[in-house]
Amino acid sequence: MQERVAIVGIGSTAFRSISPDVSFREMTYEAAVKAYADAGVEPKDVDTFVCVSEDYMEGTAIFDEYVPDQIGAALRPVHTIAGDGLTGIAAAFLQLQTGEFDIAVVEGHSKASNVRHLSHIEAFALDPVMTRPLALNPRFVAGLEMRRYLQESGASEEDAAAVVVKNRENALKNPLAAYPGRFCAHHVMSSPAVAEPLKKMDVAAPADGAIVVVLARECVARRLVEQPVYIQGIGWAQDTPDLDMRDWSRATYAQLATAMACRMAKIKDPSREVDFAEIDDAFSYKELQHLEAVMLAAPGQAAAMLRDGYFDADGEIPVNVSGGSLGNGFLYDAAALRATAEAVTQLRGLAGGRQVKGAETCLVQSWRGIPTAAGAVAILSNH
Amino acid sequence: MGYKNRVAVIGAGLTKFMRRAQETGKELCFEAARLALDSAGLEMKDIDCVAMATAPDAFDGVHMKGEYLADGAGGFRKPYMRSYVGGGSGVFAINHGWYHVASGHFDACLVVAEEKMSPVMPHPQAAFNAIYDQIMERPLGVNLLWIFALEMNRYMQVHGISQETIALVSVKNKKNGLDHPCAQAGIPGNYTVKEVVDSEIMVWPVTRLMVSPVSDAAGALVLVSERLARRLTDKPVWIEGVGWHLDTSYWTNRDLYYPKYVEYAARMAYRMAGITDPKTEIHVAEIYDPFAYKELHHMEGLLLADKGEAPKLLEKGVTQRDGALPVCPSGGLMGVGNPIAASGVMKLAEIYWQLRGEAGARQVSRPVRRGLAQAWGDLMQVGTVAILGV
Amino acid sequence: MSVNIKEWPGVPLKDRDIQSGKALTTRWQVKADYAWDTGMAMGTFLTGLKEGKILARQCDKCGRTVVPPRMFCEWCFRPTDRWVEVKDTGRVNTFSVSYVLWDATRVEKPTVPVVVEIDGCSPGVGFMHILADVGTTLEAILAKVKVGMAVKAVWKPAAERTGAITDIIHFVPREG
Repeated sequence: MQERVAIVGIGSTAFRSISPDVSFREMTYEAAVKAYADAGVEPKDVDTFVCVSEDYMEGTAIFDEYVPDQIGAALRPVHTIAGDGLTGIAAAFLQLQTGEFDIAVVEGHSKASNVRHLSHIEAFALDPVMTRPLALNPRFVAGLEMRRYLQESGASEEDAAAVVVKNRENALKNPLAAYPGRFCAHHVMSSPAVAEPLKKMDVAAPADGAIVVVLARECVARRLVEQPVYIQGIGWAQDTPDLDMRDWSRATYAQLATAMACRMAKIKDPSREVDFAEIDDAFSYKELQHLEAVMLAAPGQAAAMLRDGYFDADGEIPVNVSGGSLGNGFLYDAAALRATAEAVTQLRGLAGGRQVKGAETCLVQSWRGIPTAAGAVAILSNH
Repeated sequence: MGYKNRVAVIGAGLTKFMRRAQETGKELCFEAARLALDSAGLEMKDIDCVAMATAPDAFDGVHMKGEYLADGAGGFRKPYMRSYVGGGSGVFAINHGWYHVASGHFDACLVVAEEKMSPVMPHPQAAFNAIYDQIMERPLGVNLLWIFALEMNRYMQVHGISQETIALVSVKNKKNGLDHPCAQAGIPGNYTVKEVVDSEIMVWPVTRLMVSPVSDAAGALVLVSERLARRLTDKPVWIEGVGWHLDTSYWTNRDLYYPKYVEYAARMAYRMAGITDPKTEIHVAEIYDPFAYKELHHMEGLLLADKGEAPKLLEKGVTQRDGALPVCPSGGLMGVGNPIAASGVMKLAEIYWQLRGEAGARQVSRPVRRGLAQAWGDLMQVGTVAILGV
Repeated sequence: MSVNIKEWPGVPLKDRDIQSGKALTTRWQVKADYAWDTGMAMGTFLTGLKEGKILARQCDKCGRTVVPPRMFCEWCFRPTDRWVEVKDTGRVNTFSVSYVLWDATRVEKPTVPVVVEIDGCSPGVGFMHILADVGTTLEAILAKVKVGMAVKAVWKPAAERTGAITDIIHFVPREG
């Protein structure tokens, strides 16, 4: 029987459209200080550190060089995972389960505001021979997928717009969020087209911010904090990077990650055992597609359930009560850490005005963004 | 001493090291992975997870290149993760794979390391410009070689080491590389100390024959749990210890003469392996040699030689293939090539083959039961170490 | 098994295969431009450079005075305590002589990169810059430049400074 892994501390900056007063180091230092205080540990107590980042989002080759100082990890075991924040958590989880490490830290941040041509960087992830030479705005990938998903699921553009409305409204209760607001579907539907049927308001706007998470093996976690939040299961998967080979309607990577996480957590049907979820919504329709992939909605049913209020803040299974990426701002690889920190806050009963009543088990799901088919899923609980 | 769920290496594969490969990065991954799987007698369906290591995305010219390479590396519909610690990535790859299997959650992990440096124009070296601090350093017209030359000079000055002595590393490794089937064309050879010292000055004290070349290649390893190892092979090579440490990014506030981060990484691995006297308990070492002086610098960091003593061991022939502590019997990066992340796996594969007695013409003379592979990376910052044993 | 593998994969190409079009190629130039937030530490430092000053931060716990400045001490993991103006002189910690540019092209007249330990900072603390007025041949440079040698910064005229590390044109040997 494997000893469990728990999250014992979280620290986050606010998420902002720009953050000109702080360098990435200073921004991350703030999140780290908060996380260590929350966990009641100092950096010297930590055995291993994992940072997530991508060179081209930082404008630095081998960005790993610049990660240790601001998290107190200089001359310590640190490594970078070029993956999303939840994959970083998986790396820490695996290390703790080897039995060689007691306490681990995961860090992620976004300084998207410092990238002057984000669409060019996103386009740089496209296949250099087959796709990039088309010289399209890379969001076309989301446009193609949205059209196919809507067709196969029977969901409508209005349903996707309803996701935007829900999440940005939810963000009004999140003091960290960058883009809270009260909108109606009409606003979304009449926003300028990006890559039809994708419209401007369907796309989560980027934001800056940093999040640090402290994890520990269960016996250590119990000593450190009153309320550890356990990782009952975690999974991650890669589908195909090839756009030509893809199933354009299904988020297969999320299905595979969910299967792995549920197997580990011994959960057969997430829709029965999960109380709330933080689901990637980098694009509005993705929330619907991902909800079906993680089995919180039957295939083709997510939109109807959304319409019924099932996923509202006061619904059966609140989804993105934090505001998601649409409401908080899209933090790229750090988005998943933002979602994880929200899950922890909720499971500790500390989410104030946006607290999910009786929250015991949360499903957190991440996607690495265009043009990848990569993501992870974690199932967290407070018992 | 020891860790819970033992992990073994049961297969290894490499592509040729080339200045310019026809293969795409994905194809290089596939070829190395296929060879590794074949040598382990396994297929992709037997693999539970994939640990990929590849260094700057700028080389292949793809942002998020981990995802781009995934299908070539067997990551299709599998748990696939990419680690990235600069030049240290190739040996970190096995540490990364180790914690997958040692966690108890996976039985078989495919470790793949790839680098395709040739796509960058006008020259791959240009992509390294961005490793430096954007405010303090890039505006100075800096190039990659500066920081190595600054470190090499500091090391030479502190210990009174000559260029001629350092050139012995180039001589040894380029000669050793003649026996490596994957060595890059034009890289191995029989050189004299004079030829090395008199070769074109790049950034003094670094001369052309003291620098490893730019390369395209991939390497792969198959890691399995003890349970599977016992079923699949009669000579598993156990991972006895792993270690890694990253120093502060403020490299101009550190004394470059000694790589503390390599020492700390080594100590982490030695502790796990129960090694108390590395000089006698390590029988063969593949030490990271992107520049000739680095083999000596790192040898001291690994506690295989006292500070300032590595040159003396080199001069005495201790680190030759027929010496008491052979170093880089493969030919190292100086003798085989330097496709950043794949170099580390080349070194791990060498230790694997040496421990199994399968290194052919490169087999060291002394009996070997325990070997070490080490890589370095970032701004004179990261040490990654793995200790293998039979 | 190294001895058992007969065929090692890989097809090497030559540069002329690409230049002559024998190997088909596709080219792309990525627009990778960044505007990095300098934040408190580096923002203040750069403002100091514009004013002809080198500013450092001090940590009372470990007692270090450090440059490049940082708002937190990476060893003590606490905020640093104050700004200190340090000197624009120092000593050579290490140096080299570069005959190649960033894109690997060769040059006749070398550049001398140097790490300068800045006077007023803790021992061994400084930053990288360029050394000038030390000769143009390798022999002359090696005769002149020594580890431990005293150097001083040469600044751009005030009107030309922009708040960049290049507000210091280079360092030169300092007599006395």
